[in-house]
Amino acid sequence: MKIHEYQAKEILRRFGVTTPRGVACFTVDEAVAAANQLGGKLWVVKAQIHAGGRGKGGGVKLAKSADEVRQLAGQILGMQLKTHQTGPEGQKVRRLLVEEGADIRKELYVGMVVDRVTQRVCLMASSEGGMDIEEVAAKTPEKIHKVFVDPAAGLKDAEADDVARKIGVPEASVPQARAVLQGLYQAFWETDASLAEINPLILTGDGRVVALDAKMNFDSNALYRHEDIVAMRDLDEEDPDEIEASKFDLSYISLDGNIGCLVNGAGLAMATMDTIKLFGAEPANFLDVGGGATTEKVTEAFKIMLHNPNVKGILVNIFGGIMRCDTIATGIVAAAKETHLNVPLVVRMKGTNEDLGKQILADSGLPIIAANDMADAAQKIVASVAGK
Amino acid sequence: MSILINKDTRVVTQGITGKTGMFHTSKCREYANGGNCFVAGVNPKKAGESFEGIPIFASVKEAKHRTGVNASVIYVPPPGAAAAIWEAVEADLDLVICITEGIPVRDMIEVRDRMRRQNKRTVLVGPNCPGVITPDEIKIGIMPGHIHMKGRIGVVSRSGTLTYEAVGQLTEIGLGQSSAVGIGGDPVNGLKHKEVLELFMNDPDTDAVIMIGEIGGSDEEAAAYWYANECRNKKPVVGFIAGVTAPAGKRMGHAGAIISGGKGTAQEKLAVMEECGIKTTRNPAEMGKLLKSIL
Repeated sequence: MKIHEYQAKEILRRFGVTTPRGVACFTVDEAVAAANQLGGKLWVVKAQIHAGGRGKGGGVKLAKSADEVRQLAGQILGMQLKTHQTGPEGQKVRRLLVEEGADIRKELYVGMVVDRVTQRVCLMASSEGGMDIEEVAAKTPEKIHKVFVDPAAGLKDAEADDVARKIGVPEASVPQARAVLQGLYQAFWETDASLAEINPLILTGDGRVVALDAKMNFDSNALYRHEDIVAMRDLDEEDPDEIEASKFDLSYISLDGNIGCLVNGAGLAMATMDTIKLFGAEPANFLDVGGGATTEKVTEAFKIMLHNPNVKGILVNIFGGIMRCDTIATGIVAAAKETHLNVPLVVRMKGTNEDLGKQILADSGLPIIAANDMADAAQKIVASVAGK
Repeated sequence: MSILINKDTRVVTQGITGKTGMFHTSKCREYANGGNCFVAGVNPKKAGESFEGIPIFASVKEAKHRTGVNASVIYVPPPGAAAAIWEAVEADLDLVICITEGIPVRDMIEVRDRMRRQNKRTVLVGPNCPGVITPDEIKIGIMPGHIHMKGRIGVVSRSGTLTYEAVGQLTEIGLGQSSAVGIGGDPVNGLKHKEVLELFMNDPDTDAVIMIGEIGGSDEEAAAYWYANECRNKKPVVGFIAGVTAPAGKRMGHAGAIISGGKGTAQEKLAVMEECGIKTTRNPAEMGKLLKSIL
């Protein structure tokens, strides 16, 4: 699960990380009031969307007066902000963060993820802040310093200080940097984060170490123990079809192609998408119905796939294990009838009660195209959609 | 021979009284020697009761003491699953297979750390996996038994249904399996591709291996490099990686199946595997055929 920058900063402050003072705003008037409340002569007006690259897309601006705050807030609120992470249609800005301006002397980078190899939380830090860290990692990997944190001990003082020095924090500011790094680790650990990033972490003219930006993602398996974080979820930032799917315990992700696919199992679902591509078309979605699919679930899955206007055909690929093919077949027939399916449908079914399932499909009177294996299924749906 | 489990393995089911635990314990007992293999269950609140004639004990330690089990299978729901793994490790079992899906990553980091720190010898498979099967001897997990056939091909995969797909293809063309291992789709787990590959390489009854991976992490690469350095000419390995079409930054069902920071793409994994002497296919319908072609 993702949250906004201002929410991530709220969490980090709780763990002792210094951030600029700021106020989250939903309207232009609130933004002006926030600027007045914060005082000073320089403010930053920042679009709050879940995607990165907001600055380059024109979603982060400096204001030198309350009037300018008003003007910029008006421009940014409601805009379709396009960044390299939003896709070409962009994301509508509904929230702003108005912050006091900062005196930036140096920009650094710190981030944390779970490292699968060591099975520990990995702290990554670099002197090259404010930049795309993936680019830094690719071009100058020696500028990224890593610590694999011992889960029993946490991030030790000596480790934090060492990293701080390596990324160019001056000696006088090392204790502050330590507080930031340890706070970041603590926040990551205690909130069950899957990613935490401060980019840039800045050194101010007066030697303070401040998180100018913040990003946190969370392990969805652990949300059951973090009601406060679940409350930060912003459904406006998520794909409505993906939200709908999650209500039925379906794992769904929309993609750009025109062939919908419904599969049981995440690995098989990806493999099915790949097979569609192999035969010259593009999948419209990833959809894993999971192990316990019922007629109702299959019907919902069809509705969600068909909600996408680009879908010109559907491929169902089921390897019945615990899930029986006849159950799925009954679901497919019911779903096709209920949704008045008018695009080609290819079904490949294998495993438990395969023959019974095929019989149900054949007896339904629906124009369902049967396939023998995954490749055959992909070729058939690609051909049908191409009108061959 | 086989890897990890055989007809002599004795299994305790943790979470035997839940719906999933009951259903699958029943199915596993019906398969091959399962009736003799599944001998105990654990539920501290139901100690003294039984399920289909299997005694239920208060702890894994007690189950081991009373029945001599050396392996465990876990169906305990996510909030208690990591603790269940630790209980089996503390009881010093040879093997723990954790089927449970949805365990918080932090819980897995903690239990894996404790296992390493205390030099525990117990082997963990999973979590979020279908389990392990040695055809005609024993199945521990949720895979459909009937698609398997006894033979000399090893199968290792992160994904459940994709393992079934590979097994189904092999059986269809008359190639049986020595063992099939689902290592699970989570980012922090027990056995990885490399370790399972090593077991297959050292198993005299395995002639060749299908290794199936997916996007995310670098386990497949690690296994491929190990294979290239240690036993390129020993036994042939073929592979498939799911997720060529997966977009970056999106979790594709499995918690571990995500391309992040430009790392863990299918293309990258396929290239490394080819470079290391593992033949790959882009067509998952041809995994079985590809394997047959190199025998």
